[in-house]
Amino acid sequence: MRFLNYLINGISLGSVYAIIALGYTMVYGIAKMLNFAHGDIIMVGSYAIFCLMSLTGLSPVVSVVLAVLICTALGITVEAIAYRPLRGAASPLAVLITAIGVSYFLQNMALLIFGANTKQFTSVINMEPLSLFGGSVTITGETIVTIISCILIMVLLLTFINKTKAGQAMLAVSEDQGAAKLMGVNVNGTISLTFAIGSGLAAIAGMLLSSSYPSLTPYTGSMPGIKAFVAAVFGGIGSIPGAFIGGIILGIIEILSKAYISSQLSDAIVFMVLIIVLLVRPTGLLGKKIQEKV
Amino acid sequence: MNRFKNNKKFRDNIITYLLVIVIFAVVESLKATGHISSLMKGLLVPVCIYIICAIALNLCVGILGELSLGHAGFMCVGAFSGAFFSKCTAEVITVAPVRFILAIIIGALVASLFGFLIGIPVLRLKGDYLAIVTLAFGEIIKNVINVLYVGKDSEGFHFSLKDMVSLHLKEGGQVIINGAQGITGTPNDSSFEAGFVLIILTLFIVLNLIDSRDGRAIMSIRDNTIASESVGINVTRYKLMAFTISAGIAGVAGVLYAHNLNSLMAQPKNFGYNMSITILLFVVLGGIGNIRGSIISAAVLTLLPELLRGLADYRMLIYAIVLIILMIFNWSPAILELRKKYSVRNFIKNKKTKEVE
Repeated sequence: MRFLNYLINGISLGSVYAIIALGYTMVYGIAKMLNFAHGDIIMVGSYAIFCLMSLTGLSPVVSVVLAVLICTALGITVEAIAYRPLRGAASPLAVLITAIGVSYFLQNMALLIFGANTKQFTSVINMEPLSLFGGSVTITGETIVTIISCILIMVLLLTFINKTKAGQAMLAVSEDQGAAKLMGVNVNGTISLTFAIGSGLAAIAGMLLSSSYPSLTPYTGSMPGIKAFVAAVFGGIGSIPGAFIGGIILGIIEILSKAYISSQLSDAIVFMVLIIVLLVRPTGLLGKKIQEKV
Repeated sequence: MNRFKNNKKFRDNIITYLLVIVIFAVVESLKATGHISSLMKGLLVPVCIYIICAIALNLCVGILGELSLGHAGFMCVGAFSGAFFSKCTAEVITVAPVRFILAIIIGALVASLFGFLIGIPVLRLKGDYLAIVTLAFGEIIKNVINVLYVGKDSEGFHFSLKDMVSLHLKEGGQVIINGAQGITGTPNDSSFEAGFVLIILTLFIVLNLIDSRDGRAIMSIRDNTIASESVGINVTRYKLMAFTISAGIAGVAGVLYAHNLNSLMAQPKNFGYNMSITILLFVVLGGIGNIRGSIISAAVLTLLPELLRGLADYRMLIYAIVLIILMIFNWSPAILELRKKYSVRNFIKNKKTKEVE
């Protein structure tokens, strides 16, 4: 029974990773860049909800919606100011280092505004925990909401990409930017849209993450962000179902290694997974093979 | 003297050496006359550490062209192996400089070994993936050291990954690496003078490497991997070579760090990935691939916050903004085009050609 509890916790954490990884994988698939600042947008989302709820006393639903809007705007702004000018730069390192700079900027901005002290995040989700098997297995409201919203988000995203024109444009841009441009796809607009969706998802991920793990600091987002990237790579970067599966598996691995091996080594184990995946199957579970052109 | 006139690279290198020597001489004379506050004195060794680290990372980012976010990990390995050696031999080798030199050699070797072993799998990757995997390795190193317990007694060394008790030390045994508490009581062998000598040594190694056949091979891989492979350059070998040397130098910085403090712990703030990013900041602000720039920016950016106390809170924010602006200014295709069009040099050249006409 204890194992079942751990497993459920793992799936819950994994669902959060999956939502973050969806944002990563879309941005990577379309803009071909590792958005290092993605994790920090999660942090911004959490702080936004925290402030809206505790300072203005708005209802949780309204503050979450506002936080999603704030993060979406932030994502679009960051893309337009910092990443767009570097599209087509001679070195791929240029945009990566800029992304690190943006991450650094967001962290220090939060540090300046909110201070280094840990803030206690009050859970947005108000739901009775579910007990199964006569109370030996309990599922918290946060867990239920996290898992359901993760599945919902994935289904919505898949429908969006496969059924709408904007989604098809995203696929086209990820396939070949030049050709998509020739076919009349607005490449810059599509990339902006991708960043907007990814950042909005980051806000939701921030809400779910902070509801389950309530201590909030300016560095809250960076580790989950990096782990979600691991999940995206694990599932195959650019693939939406891959990000989902990768996230869930990674969450389970992390919680189980925390429970059965060592709580201090769990991060190391998660990173070991990344290294093994990249060495054995660099394209991940569901990734496409890429041939290098000369 | 002819070489000085004709060889720009040689001249550049000499200027770099002279710069370091002159700054050292100035600081030493200020120290002798008592013009340096104790706060600044405390920063002299950290400045040396950051300079060495920045040179190491610049070798990796600027010369090899691969972004490593794991250099704090190599620093950590160097620091712990050097401090471990010093602590074990504190009673055997009583001459501090000899012990320190040996510790540095050991730290450099162990860090290079780690660089080599990690480099074999990592250097098969490129760009973003390489950055994230080096970051992963750095975090793994830090996490493992945090749960590592090593003790010494009459029977030799004992290792454990669990706790102090499971070392099963005999009476009179001593715990050397105590998990998250790290190593305490490392002899304070670091000094500004030692740091200076190490900077000169590092410079000598790196500048000579860049100016050698091997260095040119490494830079050709950076500029075009496929082309350099097709003219017979062994890409893996040269990549590994640069990465290993870079890791070893970071290890030296770690040893210097360990011997500057009484207690050495592997925490996120000293060996975490934020440290790697701080070093990257020095490299980018100094100019990627420009060794002299790294030295200047590491020194200035370490000392600046102490000189401008009022700005201390905003310092990191300003660095981040400067970093983003510099990257866009230096790499954005549109801005490069503009700079070409309106550069002063071009302006003068155009004038001259017009006059000739």
